[in-house]
Amino acid sequence: MKIWSSCLAVAALILLAWAGAGVFGLQTLFGVVIPYLAFALFLIGFVCRVVRWGMSATPFRIPTTCGQQKTLSWIKQDKLENPSTGLQVLGRMLLEIFLFRSLFRNSKTEKRGPVFGFGSAKWLWLGGLVFHWSMLIVLLRHLRLFLNPTPAVIQGLEAADNFLQVGAPLLYITDATLTVALTYLFLRRVVAPGVRYISRPADYFPLLLLLAAAGSGILTRYFFKVDIHAVKALTMGLVTFRPPAPGQLSIGVIFYIHLFLVSCLFAYFPWSKLMHAGGVFLSPTRNMINNSRAVRHVNPWNYPVETHSYAEYEDQFREKMRKAGLPLETE
Amino acid sequence: MAAKAPKPPKPAEMLDFDYSPPAADWMDTPVDMRPGTYCYGARGKNLEVMGFPNARDWSPADEDWRLPPEWQGTVIEGIADRMKKYRSFRLFLDICVRCGACADKCHFYMGSGDPKNMPVLRAELLRSVYRRYFTGAGKLLGRLAGARDLTVDVLKEWWYYFFQCTECRRCSVFCPYGIDQAEITLMGRELLNLLGLNTDWISGPVANCFMTGNHVGLEPQTIMSNIEFLLEDIETITGRHIEPSFNRKGAEILFVTPSGDLYAEPGTYTCMGYLMLFEQLGLDYTMSTYASEGGNFGFFTSNETAKRLNAKIYAEARRLGVKWILGGECGHMWRLVHQYMDTWNGPADFLELPVSPITGTKFTNAASTKMVHIAEFTADLLYHNKITVDKSRNDHLTVTYHDSCNTARGMGLLEEPRYILSRICNNFFEMPEDTIREKTFCCGSGAGLNAGENMELRLRGGFPRANAVKYVREKHGVNVLANVCALDRASLPALMDYWVPGVKVMGVHELLGNALVLDGEIERTLDLRSDDLPVKEDEADV
Repeated sequence: MKIWSSCLAVAALILLAWAGAGVFGLQTLFGVVIPYLAFALFLIGFVCRVVRWGMSATPFRIPTTCGQQKTLSWIKQDKLENPSTGLQVLGRMLLEIFLFRSLFRNSKTEKRGPVFGFGSAKWLWLGGLVFHWSMLIVLLRHLRLFLNPTPAVIQGLEAADNFLQVGAPLLYITDATLTVALTYLFLRRVVAPGVRYISRPADYFPLLLLLAAAGSGILTRYFFKVDIHAVKALTMGLVTFRPPAPGQLSIGVIFYIHLFLVSCLFAYFPWSKLMHAGGVFLSPTRNMINNSRAVRHVNPWNYPVETHSYAEYEDQFREKMRKAGLPLETE
Repeated sequence: MAAKAPKPPKPAEMLDFDYSPPAADWMDTPVDMRPGTYCYGARGKNLEVMGFPNARDWSPADEDWRLPPEWQGTVIEGIADRMKKYRSFRLFLDICVRCGACADKCHFYMGSGDPKNMPVLRAELLRSVYRRYFTGAGKLLGRLAGARDLTVDVLKEWWYYFFQCTECRRCSVFCPYGIDQAEITLMGRELLNLLGLNTDWISGPVANCFMTGNHVGLEPQTIMSNIEFLLEDIETITGRHIEPSFNRKGAEILFVTPSGDLYAEPGTYTCMGYLMLFEQLGLDYTMSTYASEGGNFGFFTSNETAKRLNAKIYAEARRLGVKWILGGECGHMWRLVHQYMDTWNGPADFLELPVSPITGTKFTNAASTKMVHIAEFTADLLYHNKITVDKSRNDHLTVTYHDSCNTARGMGLLEEPRYILSRICNNFFEMPEDTIREKTFCCGSGAGLNAGENMELRLRGGFPRANAVKYVREKHGVNVLANVCALDRASLPALMDYWVPGVKVMGVHELLGNALVLDGEIERTLDLRSDDLPVKEDEADV
């Protein structure tokens, strides 16, 4: 049910774009208005979410320490897993963001009768890593549609991505890896009983939307071979805020489907779990320095509390303390 | 009061489960509070001592929990308030992608197979309510967006599962965003506390600690006579008479340890180790009967409560005019000393940078908080060969080391105790890599769960740890589980007796006490437990 509702939602989006841009000729709506709106929603939403997180206090320094602390000079500190300086935290964060360090630790617990076994479980890490890196490269490659002339860096990236030199147009490796990784991540949620149990529509939907966006992009490039010059005329118009009338550009409907799905993704992004992309940078268990005994951390909302003072304690036990020979403040 | 807890099932029966999830969705699975898996409810009088809301005698087994009027509003406001105060809370409510990496990392899930003990689902119990009242999608789409109303049943489910988390942070080691279930549990328990829904085992010690200075409610003269017993044992074993001081002004060092070390075996043996070490060093230290608790059950109640209990330590250090503070072996005490104390009750500008009077080592890692872990202190002594030890006095023991969750994942104290053990034991074997250091398994009884009535839960939660101990017991004949945590010492013996009989639980400083050579001691024939020491081979030949 959770899966089907997500499938249905994505199918409805595809149908909507097909009918809108293909049947009713609303190319301006789907080619200009919706992309602008989606991008604005994305930017505003993303910033709002991050600012809202940022406005919450970090009252305590609570890094999760995953290695030896900085202590006696002759004990080797694990600087990346238990950072004691800002630079070391930066190192930890870079590992986390670019290589998914923590997920790399993942193991699988198996219960064989009365004993546990711990197996290696790197597939989730690999699937996640391949997806995110492919996604990043695909996004960067798309910059050629928004920059004129295409910068050499982007051209270099494209050349590296299609170095296999197969197909016409040339096949981008990341198009394949992106699709494979997404398919793995989706199937994992459907097939593995434990993961299926914890999954919600909010987990299936973005995966399917991403798959549909990637799939429609692949169709646009490799199968329908949409006129790339016409597309660039539109995208350059969008980015320079002088959008052409897309109806006159004769771009196939598959492109509008792709563009609409991507727009949906952008619009959906800030209100969904996809915001982990911004959140990971703010995670206090990862981005804080483990030096709370060396340098005092201040809680902005710290307030005085009622305590039970020594004087009250002595009042309570004075006779007993005197008998036991304990020194007293008040005889 | 709830019915007496049943005897825990036999091991085979306990382990008769697998990890296949139930057919019904978790939101459609009502909470089933089985006796043996939860603690008694808080007593009204203990809540009153602290001024907590809705103080009344109450049992979780009751149908009617006698919640205050408008309780939903209290909880929703409580969530809003805490989201502003804690970035961790707000962020961790928002960014989980439910990848499932944390699921099989939790000892309670591993030992029970209950899917709501997967950290991800335990957090979803609260997230679902957050979505319903704080997100547009949740308000609009309800269940389709993973949102649900806050009902009495949901509240009961929170209570049951937030007291099935030991705040051990193991899940956060594996989470790609560092989401820490402990942060969710801490907030969940704070919210429950707003409604008077605490446990007896936590609220009793909290009230005791507030009024008498320690969890068990030891009065000043009792602390002293307890120590007196230990001193008599030390004299029998070593021939040395020791006279420690209490509440003494002008001492250089205030020594604070969890009260578990003061009154109950096997913690008392660890305490004997400290006393012998300090005597041998001629350390200018004192203990306080007022700040007589390093542990802090307040942390399992609310941040404010923890701060109220913790305040004693600095207050007493200031009153006595000591230079710095030395802390005994304890787990959550050290997470709090390390990550919270200075922020709560500092700055400790009336103290000085801790310097070991024996080695001259400056503990710059504690420059602000001015409190040093005894394992740091002792490792430094051994490294500089300032004490004489006879390793062979531990030859009757084959030792493994259990990292306590808090010192491992909330501090990073991994090598200091290992170094000490390497200098005082000949027979030492590590448990498997996936079960130690930052991946260490909880004893299953932390965060205030070490009661008697929830023994089945504790045994289940402790099973992953016991399983690893069993492995080294079978492979290397390990018979001692060493640790630096009072809660471990209180809870692991029962766990070992059940899962791995024949393994004793010892603080690192108990083992040190065995090996430590005191000036002018008699020939040692007994260890600190008054068990016979192994006969040395050269003597046996005679």
